Amino acid sequence: MTDSKYFTTTKKGEIFELKAELNSDKKEKKKEAVKKVIASMTVGKDVSALFPDVVNCMQTDNLELKKLVYLYLMNYAKSQPDMAIMAVNTFVKDCEDPNPLIRALAVRTMGCIRVDKITEYLCEPLRKCLKDEDPYVRKTAAVCVAKLHDINAQLVEDQGFLDTLKDLISDSNPMVVANAVAALSEIAESHPSSNLLDLNPQSINKLLTALNECTEWGQIFILDCLANYMPKDDREAQSICERVTPRLSHANSAVVLSAVKVLMKFMEMLSKDLDYYGTLLKKLAPPLVTLLSAEPELQYVALRNINLIVQKRPEILKHEMKVFFVKYNDPIYVKLEKLDIMIRLASQANIAQVLAELKEYATEVDVDFVRKAVRAIGRCAIKVEQSAERCVSTLLDLIQTKVNYVVQEAIVVIKDIFRKYPNKYESVIATLCENLDSLDEPEARAAMIWIVGEYAERIDNADELLETFLEGFHDESTQVQLQLLTAIVKLFLKKPTETQALVQQVLSLATQDSDNPDLRDRGYIYWRLLSTDPVAAKEVVLAEKPLISEETDLIEPTLLDELICYIGTLASVYHKPPSAFVEGSRGIVHKSLPPRTGSSESAESPDAAPSGAPPSEQPAVIPTQGDLLGDLLNLDLGPPVSGPPVATSSVQMGAVDLLGGGLDSLMGSTSFTAPSTVVPASLGAPLSGGLGDLFDLAGGVGTLSGSYVVPKTVWLPAMKAKGLEISGTFSRQVGAISMDLLLTNKALQVMSDFAIQFNRNSFGLAPAAPLQIHAPLAPSQTVEISLPLNTVGSVMKMDPLNNLQVAVKNNIDVFYFSTLYPLHILFGEDGKMERQMFLATWKDIPNENEAQFQIRDCPLSADAVSSKLQGSNIFTVAKRNVEGQDMLYQSLKLTNGIWVLAELRIQPGSPSFTLSLKCRAPEVSQYVYQTYETILKN
Amino acid sequence: MIHSLFLINSSGDIFLEKHWKSVVSRSVCDYFFEAQERATEAENVPPVIPTPHHYLLSVYRHKIFFVAVIQTEVPPLFVIEFLHRVVDTFQDYFGVCSEVVIKDNVVVVYEVLEEMLDNGFPLATESNILKELIKPPTILRTVVNTITGSTNVGDQLPTGQLSVVPWRRTGVKYTNNEAYFDVIEEIDAIIDKSGSTITAEIQGVIDACVKLTGMPDLTLSFMNPRLLDDVSFHPCVRFKRWESERILSFIPPDGNFRLLSYHVSAQNLVAIPVYVKHNISFRDSSSLGRFEITVGPKQTMGKTVEGVMVTSQMPKGVLNMSLTPSQGMHTFDPVTKLLSWDVGKINPQKLPSLKGTMSLQAGASKPDENPTINLQFKIQQLAISGLKVNRLDMYGEKYKPFKGIKYMTKAGKFQVRT
Repeated sequence: MTDSKYFTTTKKGEIFELKAELNSDKKEKKKEAVKKVIASMTVGKDVSALFPDVVNCMQTDNLELKKLVYLYLMNYAKSQPDMAIMAVNTFVKDCEDPNPLIRALAVRTMGCIRVDKITEYLCEPLRKCLKDEDPYVRKTAAVCVAKLHDINAQLVEDQGFLDTLKDLISDSNPMVVANAVAALSEIAESHPSSNLLDLNPQSINKLLTALNECTEWGQIFILDCLANYMPKDDREAQSICERVTPRLSHANSAVVLSAVKVLMKFMEMLSKDLDYYGTLLKKLAPPLVTLLSAEPELQYVALRNINLIVQKRPEILKHEMKVFFVKYNDPIYVKLEKLDIMIRLASQANIAQVLAELKEYATEVDVDFVRKAVRAIGRCAIKVEQSAERCVSTLLDLIQTKVNYVVQEAIVVIKDIFRKYPNKYESVIATLCENLDSLDEPEARAAMIWIVGEYAERIDNADELLETFLEGFHDESTQVQLQLLTAIVKLFLKKPTETQALVQQVLSLATQDSDNPDLRDRGYIYWRLLSTDPVAAKEVVLAEKPLISEETDLIEPTLLDELICYIGTLASVYHKPPSAFVEGSRGIVHKSLPPRTGSSESAESPDAAPSGAPPSEQPAVIPTQGDLLGDLLNLDLGPPVSGPPVATSSVQMGAVDLLGGGLDSLMGSTSFTAPSTVVPASLGAPLSGGLGDLFDLAGGVGTLSGSYVVPKTVWLPAMKAKGLEISGTFSRQVGAISMDLLLTNKALQVMSDFAIQFNRNSFGLAPAAPLQIHAPLAPSQTVEISLPLNTVGSVMKMDPLNNLQVAVKNNIDVFYFSTLYPLHILFGEDGKMERQMFLATWKDIPNENEAQFQIRDCPLSADAVSSKLQGSNIFTVAKRNVEGQDMLYQSLKLTNGIWVLAELRIQPGSPSFTLSLKCRAPEVSQYVYQTYETILKN
Repeated sequence: MIHSLFLINSSGDIFLEKHWKSVVSRSVCDYFFEAQERATEAENVPPVIPTPHHYLLSVYRHKIFFVAVIQTEVPPLFVIEFLHRVVDTFQDYFGVCSEVVIKDNVVVVYEVLEEMLDNGFPLATESNILKELIKPPTILRTVVNTITGSTNVGDQLPTGQLSVVPWRRTGVKYTNNEAYFDVIEEIDAIIDKSGSTITAEIQGVIDACVKLTGMPDLTLSFMNPRLLDDVSFHPCVRFKRWESERILSFIPPDGNFRLLSYHVSAQNLVAIPVYVKHNISFRDSSSLGRFEITVGPKQTMGKTVEGVMVTSQMPKGVLNMSLTPSQGMHTFDPVTKLLSWDVGKINPQKLPSLKGTMSLQAGASKPDENPTINLQFKIQQLAISGLKVNRLDMYGEKYKPFKGIKYMTKAGKFQVRT
């Protein structure tokens, strides 16, 4: 007598027979029939045709039958919305049942019926259940609010369920609290803007109390919620940590990891000198180690997180190397992760042990694992200098095994070792050359060619070796072709006499016979360099390369800090911020954006859209709110930004329409001019650096005399922009306004595909050309660029008037900042007014438009003032001496045609001036005054 | 939260699906099948698989993949822990967890799953609460239900669910009151060629079977509680008491449960109870290789090592093996190249050994990798870490229970490299 009988079918047609049974008078037969229906449903058969018959069975005292019908309803109600209404009455009645189990069941099931019409009927019963005397019903109702919100968010808000839910956080029953938190977290995730989980010390205290008493799952929700709280000082952080630490001993690994997240985050706030800090560090290690004795799937997630923790705070696990040793029957995904962490923990103290292990792994069966083990040996060499020699000899041993894939991996890593320790291990080149023929993978071939080119002077037959590769040039992958081109040029520069034919052959292959633009461009650059200035060519191609460091595979600090906040989530498994991949939040943010108007779009920087497509149709690059939130989190987490006071303010949520369309098309045009993949990434740093410099020279601007230029200030700190730092200023020369930018890459990865866009602003400032950065920006490289601006962009009055909101995009993300520009960049060269005209205008402007300011501590004579101001297009119309005071009458004209008239009273011997400004648009006076101040005091 | 669950057997058929929110088409599992194809063995299927609109998190147990579908950012450990809990629950309900059993009890399975999650939020995962809501099938109950028309669905709210001790139901009654505790330790170790220990650690658990009437409050104390510096407790254990007095104080759940698991790490000296002497040699010229292993006791504290089982994955180049054991049975599968030797007890006077030759592929060069030897064994009445229970006391009830403590040491992942 098992349930498998429900699967047997008859020839007559199953559905037909079930229908008859469902309508049978016998209760028992009915129940059996419903069971058969459910059984079919579980295996994915479509039994929706039986809907009316099953719903008819709903009115019953038999709880099992009721539950079964409910199960069916949840699955099929959506496909039969009209029929589902039939069930409403029973639900409403059940919500009044004296048995709390039935009340809860009814409200729970109703929430699962995802039919709009039903939700209306659900509101009243739900409201009652949220206030039910039985906590079991309340906790079920809390979840139901989340369900309802998923179906109809507006309804939930209108009915005030969110507030009721918030009240439940203070419920006396810990289970209800946990469920309320879980429901609120889920709702908050889809509505990042709504400030649902408004945490304050009181509510935190309630959560911490509930934490001790609720179920393990509830603890996870509460801990994840706690992690979003920002304690006001280190004492509060410590007291929360103290109350969370016991969770580290929980049997449920998800509870442990969520607790680790809270502790890792709040630890940031604790001083390292504190005794408690040390205690906490010690307490973190054992639970992390214990996670590794769990099931392999749990181990995997734990290892991905440990990888982050080890990068952030290596001291926690530095003595625990051995637990990461690989067992041969670990699943491959666990093996690879363990290996990665072993490298991160490798230090001088344990390197001998680690190397012995790695050598052991290199003889295992699994190819992927062996490859990674070989690579790991190379990484050890780079990380721990003392071990380099031993690593190299281990690698040579492995090359002797002649196992094809081992040899290839070994060569790839030896290339990196050469880069790290130049002129140390080149004696092994001979051994490497013996294996030339067995290399069939592009990466290994490219590495070998790089070695031959780099050390051409030490390899007698370098030209022959490279020539053999050249024969099949067109069949090679791009990576190998590029390497071959560079290697032969290097060879030519080192041994010009014998290799002229070879270099000509490769240049013509690269430039004439290839369709690959990267290859062609590089070929042309070399060609031109060699033909115009061989000395320069030598300096560029054979330039000394920066040493590589082990850090290349570390996660960059800003991202790491963000990921630490996401310990235990999918983000931590992928090592990407959630905004980069979680679909839900992105989609919903899109929806909440205000509609953009077409007119303002087309007026916005016409140069930016050369394709001519109407901007409104273009996909907009819109920041997800997650991004901004993530960045804000970062900010709070890290140490305070030091350095000069910054004139930026982060863009408010409301200003998301900052970037209409246009940015994408902008990208199109820049990426055409900027060859983004000039060099393969593995060898990227040295060459791209050189090229970058080259372009810098071309793009550099000599500073002509012109308006006063404010020194550059940091507009966008690297903390906020995933490692991109932007500082800059504005200048005006001979009528041309430009924005002079200094872009610094403080991240660990190469940045490329830059683009810039302004929000509408008071004077219609807009970029007159795309942001031209020709080469990708290598880590720790800085590029200076001058962006020409015009004033034909669309206009919107800003507050303050000279506020400019800017968006900068690169291959990593879009970043926003706002800055204040000095008004004098807008003062036109034609700003000198005729005397008569000046007098007439002065009289014409009503007196209430006059504004008076004091300029203090400015010990300049009237003539000096006059000439200084003239440099910035403030023209002196007349000068008079009245009662021993110098009176300067000045005029200036803004780009939008507004005239400003000024009277400057200078008392000889006194450093204070009085400035009277008259203008038809009095709101600019304030800013003109500021400009006077800046110009005169610098 | 958890959106849907699919159960997939090893041949790639979806034999059960359950949705807690809207229905997700089973075609989402195609991404899983792709990953399954890429992985050479079922164990190697990655536990987290991204698809364009969902994430698939899976566990593989009892030759069944339990694949959860999620759509939003959810802690993956939470999902994986939950899936393991589902498997444990099935095992608890039906004795075994297999495709056949699940299909046989599909309606109960479905009802249980519905109780475990609501809208993707865990609802009731404690076995004793679930069993009150949905009664596990027994032959007797099935017969009774058929005759009387009663159901296996409880119609009262489980009492434990909202009490301060959600893990225990009220009104428990036994005629024989008994409480048994098993201290089980597993040694994970890697031993290198020369016989020295590379890493060794002990994973210990205390499993309990408590059948006591009423609301007993137990305390368990150890002779040497200092050993336990890395512990995970069942929620019933009062953490404060442990922190201050190193005593386990708890109101136990009814029936079988895991009271505590602990970890004695490599830093402390872990005793290795057995050794393996091996001589496995391939020669370049010959198509024959020599094979010899001997197993012997090391630090056993005078106890007998039994249930010894040696397995080893031989290199691909080994065609066959001709071996003679001094005791026990051995097999070699020429297809999977798996050698296994069921040794049984180790007699310290006459050490078990397995000797013979391997025939290798003619002409092929000698294999690069040396086989790793995997060892299983059991030692009764010994906790290798030295952990000892001092006493067990009961408060809150008047009767005198039977008490018992058993110790056992087993091999976990115990590997010897050659």
